[in-house]
Formats: sequence, C-alpha cells, structure tokens
Amino acid sequence: MGLDTALHEIRRLDDLAAQDTALHRLDARAKVLVTLAYLVSMLSLGRYEVSRLLPFAAFPLLLAVQGGVPLGLLLRRAALALPFVVFVGIFNPLIDRNVHLTLGPLVITGGMLSFTSIVLRSLLAVTTGLVLVAVTGFDQVCRALGRLGMPTALLVQLQFLYRYLFVLADEALRMLHARVQRCAKNSRPSLHEYRALLGNLLLRTLDRAGRVHQAMLCRGFDGTMPDLRPTSRFGLAEWRFCAIWGLFLLAVRILNIPQHLGDLPLYLAAKAGGLFPGVLK
Amino acid sequence: MSHHIVELKGLSFHYPDGTPALDSIDLTIHHGESVGLVGANGAGKSTMLQHLCGVHVPQTGRVRVGDVPVVPSTLNEVRRTVGLVFQDPDDQLFMPTVAEDVAFGPLNIGLPPEEAALRVDQALAQVDALHLKHRPPHRLSGGEKRAVAIATVLACSPDILVMDEPSANLDPRSRRLLIELLRGFKHTKILATHDLDMVLDLCERTVVLHQGRVMADGPTAAIFADHDLLAACALEPPLRMQGCPLCGRCN
Repeated sequence: MGLDTALHEIRRLDDLAAQDTALHRLDARAKVLVTLAYLVSMLSLGRYEVSRLLPFAAFPLLLAVQGGVPLGLLLRRAALALPFVVFVGIFNPLIDRNVHLTLGPLVITGGMLSFTSIVLRSLLAVTTGLVLVAVTGFDQVCRALGRLGMPTALLVQLQFLYRYLFVLADEALRMLHARVQRCAKNSRPSLHEYRALLGNLLLRTLDRAGRVHQAMLCRGFDGTMPDLRPTSRFGLAEWRFCAIWGLFLLAVRILNIPQHLGDLPLYLAAKAGGLFPGVLK
Repeated sequence: MSHHIVELKGLSFHYPDGTPALDSIDLTIHHGESVGLVGANGAGKSTMLQHLCGVHVPQTGRVRVGDVPVVPSTLNEVRRTVGLVFQDPDDQLFMPTVAEDVAFGPLNIGLPPEEAALRVDQALAQVDALHLKHRPPHRLSGGEKRAVAIATVLACSPDILVMDEPSANLDPRSRRLLIELLRGFKHTKILATHDLDMVLDLCERTVVLHQGRVMADGPTAAIFADHDLLAACALEPPLRMQGCPLCGRCN
C-alpha cells in the first residue's frame, strides 16, 4: 500500500467519525474508558492463552457494525501493523521450545503459542484503536483523554502529531516523486537514499515546528490550549454503555469461555449417556 | 490615530549563524496605509515582518507599534495590535478543526467562549468560509486554507494586518478573490510579496528591500515605473506594466 493510499484511508476515518449514529453521539470519555479497560483486560492475559483472546474480538467487531465502519477498511489498516508485530515475536518459537500440546505429528511449543498470542493481541489492539477513532474522531479522543486527566503537554503532542501527519506525509510524497522523476528506472530507494530522505524530512519538520510555534505565539499562546467546544454530558446512555461492556469484559477476562464452549458437547453427550457429569473437568 | 503608526528606526538583524538579514532600516507606516514590501529572495521581507509582531525582537535599533516598543515585555500587547498571516497556511492552522483554530486567538486573549464563538462566525463570514467551520484543516484546498488563515488573524481584531506572500500557491481565481477580500479591509495593511501585480492592485505605497536595506520607498506606480531601480534589486515591473507580449505596446 502506497503512502498516498494510506493517507486516503486515514482521511476516511475522519469521514466515518463524522457520521451520526447512537454510538457516535456517546460522550467520547465513555468510549475511551471502555477501550482502555478492554486493552488492559486483553493484554493482561497469560502469554499462552491464545483461545481466550478470541471472545475479545467481539468488542471491536460489534462496535464497527454499530458505528457503520467497513470491516474491510479496518482489516487493511490493521494488517499494516503485521510486519512490526511479526518482527517482535518471530524469535519466540526458536527460544521457547517447551512442548505444550501434541496433535498427532503436530507439536505445539510454548514459543508458537506466545508468537500467535502476540500477533492476535496486536491485531485486536490496533483494530480496536481504529474503531475508536472511526466512531469518535481523533480530536474527540484527545479531548476525552484531556478530560480524563492526561497531561496537556502529551495531549498537544498527540493533536499535533495527527494534524501534521498529513502535511509531513505530503512532503515525503513530494520528495519521493522528485526522486522517481530523476531515476533512470523505477527502482526502490536504496538505504542511503532513504537515510537522506528521512534526514531532509526531519530538518523540514524542525523548521516547520519553529514556524508553527511562532504562529501560536503570534496569537497569544501561553502554554495552554484553549477549548471552544461545549463539554458534553456523561449521561445515562454513557453509563449504560460502560456497564454493558464492563460486564462483558469482566466475563471474558474471568471465565475461559472457549473452554466452556468446548466442554459443552462433551457435557451434553455425557448427560445424554446418563454418565455422572462431575467427571467432566 | 498615532497608536496605529508602525515605526522602525535603525533596525538591524543578524541570524544566529551570522547571516545579515536587515541593515539599518528606517521606515514609518501610518494608520490606514496599504504598503507593499517587495524585494528579491533573501532581501529581508519576511524578517522585517516578523519584527512587527515580535517573532524577532530588534538586535539593533527599535521597532514601535503605536506607542508600544516591541520588546519582550510588550509582546502580548503588540500581538493584539498586529496580526501576522504566515506564508504557509499549514504553519498557521494547527488545531483539529477550523472553528477551533479561528477561536484560538480570541480565547487566548481572554474572551469568554460565547464571544469567541461569535468572533469565529464573524471572521469566517468575512472571508466567505463559514461553511468550512467544522472541517479539519488538512481537508481544505490551498485557497480555503489561505482564507481560513486570514480569518484566524481577523478574529483577534488586529489594527494592523501583516501578510507574508499572501498569494503564494493560489490559483488565479483564488488569488483574485483574495485581492477583492483584502481590498475590502480597512486595516493598515503590510504585504510582503513577489506578486507585484497584487501590490499594484492593493497598495498605494511600496517599499523596495534589497540585501536588507530599503532601496526605495514611495508611490507604487512611480516605483514600478523605475525599471532601473527594479533591475538593480533583481525585480521586474508587474506584468500589467510590461506591455503587450504580442505587439510590445503598453496596455
């Protein structure tokens, strides 16, 4: 996926965030709080508990459906994170070779499980973050974080990161196009060229940061970011949203739902056969 | 109204690497004037503008805006009087939405949110951009960004409007709209630009800068008619004064 396509898809998140659904209308703090709780409960599972991650997929999926977010867009965006995630966990199967399960000739080691777990967790976390932005809007997420106590300095960094992502990406694209124009063949940039491009981009970024700061000073910036928008209310709908998803997260965190579902046919079969159900553990 | 006079006396400025930018500039601009500041690249136009709103403070000489000297302790006061529109609107539009960006200045000068919201609507209406109010800046076209950047400054109700290359990167229609817009403003206007045709349209007075010095200061028509002066300062007469490219005669 090219840089321009990636940018286009980020802009699509802005469009999706401008929709008017019940989920979009909720106070952003409710969505941010539930998402944080989701991340904590999902990421705190043991490293070998792969099957227990599966019920966690319900949260981003249901939110995406309710908020009218196309699943294809989410999966494409989440897939962008895959190379980094794979890089993080790629050595696990080599390091941890303790056998956890044997299915005929297939041997599942601890490293394989932890690698799969890393990939799944990352995909779920990225997808959930994308859904949050798509049903809330990045600026509203920042604002909610500010109202929940995030330090202003961090908040401003986050807002500027998003605002200038587009400007920087446009600059990077122009530099890449200028390079292609002077290439005899359409080859990929070499490491040396990438280094030069990134160095230039960094210098331009520094220059721009200086100019933006000057522009802020010219309009009276004194270290605090003023907020024009009226503050929304944390009402009944928000409490209901938090309660429902809070209970769901509690259930999937405490109970091993996939295992219980797997046990169910055996339990039913045992019951039908008149056996004592207590043998099923 | 003496409080709107802009006065530069013996202003000199060097960048930290030692590059000289301004050399003994003396200039007085009166209330209600529209002044074009022209010169080649590196002549010192932007640096001079940045002195007017305290982005730079004078190293040698002095700058006064009305009765207020531009020194670190008066910058807030100076910035309420002088509104600077930057060359690149992306430098000026940093908030998540247009409305928040336009409100940034009014809220910073202590206006209550209701009044700031009113100023936002008025300023955006002035530049015919009220329909862009809820858009994020990265979704605007070049002309729209320029209009909103001007609105961000107008919302602070400055007495003096200072613009750095206002017509840069604008298509002909957006440029014409901008000229008409600026023509309607009653502010003291100082425009630094390479667009001499725009200066001809908007400014009755022109100051020519060359290598950090004021080379000429006078009525725009007279300055642009002096081809030797323009050539010495690496400039050309406005296209409108260059005659018909086909027959060679003046328009």
